[in-house]
Amino acid sequence: MGNDRRPLSPDMQIYRPQLTSVLSISHRIIGVALSVGTLLLVAWLIAVAAGSQAYSVAQSFSNSWLGLLMMLGWTFSLFFHLCNGIRHLAWDAGCGFELRTIYASGWVVLAASTALTLIAWSSSFIVVR
Amino acid sequence: MNEQWMQSPLRRAQGLGSAGAGMEHWLMQRVTAVALIPLSLWFVALLIALTGSDYNVVIAWLRAPVVTILMVLLLIMLCQHMALGLQVVIEDYVHSDRVKIPAVVAIRYACLGLAVAGFIATLHITFDR
Repeated sequence: MGNDRRPLSPDMQIYRPQLTSVLSISHRIIGVALSVGTLLLVAWLIAVAAGSQAYSVAQSFSNSWLGLLMMLGWTFSLFFHLCNGIRHLAWDAGCGFELRTIYASGWVVLAASTALTLIAWSSSFIVVR
Repeated sequence: MNEQWMQSPLRRAQGLGSAGAGMEHWLMQRVTAVALIPLSLWFVALLIALTGSDYNVVIAWLRAPVVTILMVLLLIMLCQHMALGLQVVIEDYVHSDRVKIPAVVAIRYACLGLAVAGFIATLHITFDR
């Protein structure tokens, strides 16, 4: 106490990132980023409520390359936060705390959110056809 | 909410936890998370089904009673989950009370505002004309 020059723990410069810590901070950052998605959801509802002209403006934005990129980022973010959130709920129930299980469930979260993103986009392409 | 049922005997005896509050925040974060599992999957499915649809088709879908009900439930759960999550992020990284408290209040107002705007847009779509 009283010594300001003591090292802080964990020291981020020398701390090797592991899957567990990267997924943990990603859950937070992606959760904050998903707030933008909620903003866009409400904007989309308002555009639909405002009439066909406002809706076509929203439609042309979501069909632009920026809009499509944001939608792709949003779908992956949503699925990641959803899958990792289920992992957190399992921990809250006291399940899956063994080191091997924690790593395995982390990889499952990444694989599942990637797979769900691919399924969502390929099925929306099928709908368009 | 009556917090007694989840309190430890010591907490009940002392009348205060480490911060004096927080159990309800923790619980609501999980309750909304569980509700958002089916609701967010449903919303992604709705967006996939509506891909490339013109205005009249979108309106017809959104006017279905089931869609209106689920959309309002999604807005309630999503905005509450978002407010609780952003509050924790602010409380963890902002240490000055002069910034932290107004920021948390602003987040609460913003999330409530988003939910209300979303409800009104949804009800407008359902009951207009």
